Amino acid sequence: MHRRWTSLAGIVVTALLTLFLVIPVLLSVYAGLTVSYARGMSAGFTLDWVRQVWELYSETVWRSLAVALLTLMLTLLIGVPGAYALVRRGGRFARVVEEIVTLPVAVPGLALALALILSYGNLGIFRQSTLFVVVGHVLFTLPFMMRAVIAVLETIDWRTLDEGAASLGAPAWRRFIDVILPNVRPGVVAGALTVLTLSIGEFNLTWMLHTPMTKTLPVGLADAYASMRLEIASAYTLVFLIMIIPLLIGIQLVAGLTEKRMTS
Amino acid sequence: MTSKRFDLLLILPLAIFTLAFLILPLARLAVEAGSGPGGLANFVAILTEARFRNSLFVTLILAVVTTVATLTVATIAAQTLANRKFLGRGLLLSLLTFPLAFPGVVVGFMIILFGGRLGLVGGVTKSLFGTNVIFAYSLFGLFLGYLYFSVPRVLLTILAAAEKLDPSLVEAARSLGAGPFAIQRDVVLPALFPAMYTAGALCFATAMGAFGTAFTLATNIDVVPMLIYTEFTLATNASMAAAISIALGLITWVTLAIARSHAMRGEGV
Amino acid sequence: MNSPNPTAAVRNGSSITTRGLTKTFNGHRVLQPTDLEIAAGEILVLLGPSGCGKTTLLRLIAGLEQSDGPDMIRFDGEDVSAVPIEKRDVGMVFQSYALFPNMTVAENVGYGLKIRKMPRAQREEETKRLLALVGLEEYAGRRISAVSGGQRQRTALARALAIKPRVLLLDEPLAALDAVLRERLRVEIGLLLREFGITAVYVTHDQAEAMAIGDRIAVMQRGRIVQIDAPREIYHRPINDFVADFVGTMNRVRGSVRAGALILDAGETTARIAVGGPDRETTLCFRPEAARLAVDGGAVRARIRATTFFGATQRLVAEVSPECQLQLDLPSNQSFVPGQIISFDIDPAAILEFKPES
Repeated sequence: MHRRWTSLAGIVVTALLTLFLVIPVLLSVYAGLTVSYARGMSAGFTLDWVRQVWELYSETVWRSLAVALLTLMLTLLIGVPGAYALVRRGGRFARVVEEIVTLPVAVPGLALALALILSYGNLGIFRQSTLFVVVGHVLFTLPFMMRAVIAVLETIDWRTLDEGAASLGAPAWRRFIDVILPNVRPGVVAGALTVLTLSIGEFNLTWMLHTPMTKTLPVGLADAYASMRLEIASAYTLVFLIMIIPLLIGIQLVAGLTEKRMTS
Repeated sequence: MTSKRFDLLLILPLAIFTLAFLILPLARLAVEAGSGPGGLANFVAILTEARFRNSLFVTLILAVVTTVATLTVATIAAQTLANRKFLGRGLLLSLLTFPLAFPGVVVGFMIILFGGRLGLVGGVTKSLFGTNVIFAYSLFGLFLGYLYFSVPRVLLTILAAAEKLDPSLVEAARSLGAGPFAIQRDVVLPALFPAMYTAGALCFATAMGAFGTAFTLATNIDVVPMLIYTEFTLATNASMAAAISIALGLITWVTLAIARSHAMRGEGV
Repeated sequence: MNSPNPTAAVRNGSSITTRGLTKTFNGHRVLQPTDLEIAAGEILVLLGPSGCGKTTLLRLIAGLEQSDGPDMIRFDGEDVSAVPIEKRDVGMVFQSYALFPNMTVAENVGYGLKIRKMPRAQREEETKRLLALVGLEEYAGRRISAVSGGQRQRTALARALAIKPRVLLLDEPLAALDAVLRERLRVEIGLLLREFGITAVYVTHDQAEAMAIGDRIAVMQRGRIVQIDAPREIYHRPINDFVADFVGTMNRVRGSVRAGALILDAGETTARIAVGGPDRETTLCFRPEAARLAVDGGAVRARIRATTFFGATQRLVAEVSPECQLQLDLPSNQSFVPGQIISFDIDPAAILEFKPES
């Protein structure tokens, strides 16, 4: 009897939680497509708001995409070899380095942004370029890329694979490219999707680092939320949702595939 | 040997980037914090000056309440979802984890749609009781916003742990006559503790540093990140902003470090 | 008897010489200074319990570990101590195979040739030849995850042989397989290695595998080679108790030798076994199969405690006295029951006597 009572309560809590998380998203989609949110359904639907958003803010969409891709490139170049180096090295040194690299997850983005501005704010060209925003994003997303790669490295027997390739005559860099990289690909893909998603949604750092010339999508969103009518704000949010949904689906697919491979 | 040189080459980009854009700026932040007119007194001011102290107090309370509430609902939901197979389970999980990718500003907007001036709750109460209930811009709205972005991540972590829990443990406890609360206390929660520590600490740290949600809701409650922002941009008091930043960073980092050591000890048993 | 005995028709490998090879991990000496001579084309098995240093010795020869001192490893007289593994031209078969999951069976086998910049057509030809040799032609295009344990093992062997290495090093290559497969591949590998005539160092903890494959066996204990000899010698003439017990079952009886004949200390015996030598108190050892059932009035009388049927033979546990239980292997055509008294002789030529260890 008791069990049935408790599991019923569990289902109710889960259902309420789902509604709490989903309803605002649906409201936002609805508001972005309705002619007038105040007048409700009867006023009909329109794509006008989305069109207006595109006219006002398309630049932030392109910039966010560019920033995300640049961030991804840099996290790949820095994070993948770095993760392998740390796993190879092991021991206390690797743990300390990982702890330092992971600091941006613990330290609030605002504090990091402030630190970057204090250090490089005087370098005018760098400060005003999109690259300044990219640096902030790399700082914040790098730990996620490295974690994903390290997690996969810990499940494959990389040392024996490396030794196997060495016994066949392959030099160190060749072993990295031929044997290690292809086998950590699931981690790299998962890390890459996470990096893209986080970069497109990043606000805390970006709000401090951006200039009027380097606004990204979330910065534009904050702008719209503060100064535009609800329908435009909602339509803009809709554009954001459309950008991240494919990435989120990708992340779930990769996680599912990896799990399947683990169990097979 | 050549492989030594290759190891160095692998870690070089990481070393350069971390040094230039993490270690150096953080050091610069520390120097800035101690170099204002107040000097190291900046750190003391955080505790002595009412504005800063209240802000720190409110933020701490908010983060703690958010963490407790998130852990509670996420643990219940995770156990409900863990060993149930039903149609649309995958879709439900996607919906529950979807907001993971929302920046704080979007979360703030979601709360406005929920409990703002034109919000859903207000609309319903207006048609039922004639009063438009608005809570989005209050402390409660802020709390709901924090809950909104915390639940998905915490739920994922605890769900993973709950799915690993051996169902025969629960069956064994039942065969020994344990009721549902005894099973929770003695079997399920101890197994979930490592995940709860890790997820809870991350939830707390995120809540302490969250900025976008408070920014969008534009409440008159100054959480610490808002304080840093106003000190730096409006009061142009960089050294005070730096001092608060360091204090905030230390609090979150220490929380995470403590939780991780607890979680590891839990796994070791 | 110490001379290597390669049966290879062709010799494809280098000889290996080590001098004072030593290895210490965290202050713990896992390999005592080791001198080793392996002839070209010889198959040497390193046999011993886990932690005896056999894998460390193999990894030093491979170049996967750095020895403590400026110790010397020579291939055909050429010092290769400072040559890293990727330049040392050794073929290596790992316990876990170390096959690359991102490549097919054929790509794995051809990888070493690709590194050596062999032209594509020639490489494919060579890969095909090796796959045929290990019976894997049909599996050339398969992923590693799509072939069985035994096929993985053969792929690993073909990959190591493909580069025509100076020496082939095998680290417990059959340990991951089930018993039936292990027995079959043990024979196959032995034949294949001899056909190639390659110098091979083969690490195992399985004495039956060592006997089946090795031209010589080096039995190792606590970082030291205790005995190095042909399998027959190792089995029938072990130099101490450790080697004797590691490669098979050994019976021990205490007794005294008087006028060249053995008299057992215990039990109801009419023992008169000629062993020779001066009068002395001693422990004598013999293997279970050295016992022969006596028709009437054998040397030793014992009471059967248990029997185990093996098919071709049966093993009896027989009690001479409460302190002296023996294991005897006898033909399986005669049946025994526990409690029965038997009398048996011991082949004098099979009796061993170890000097007390200092």
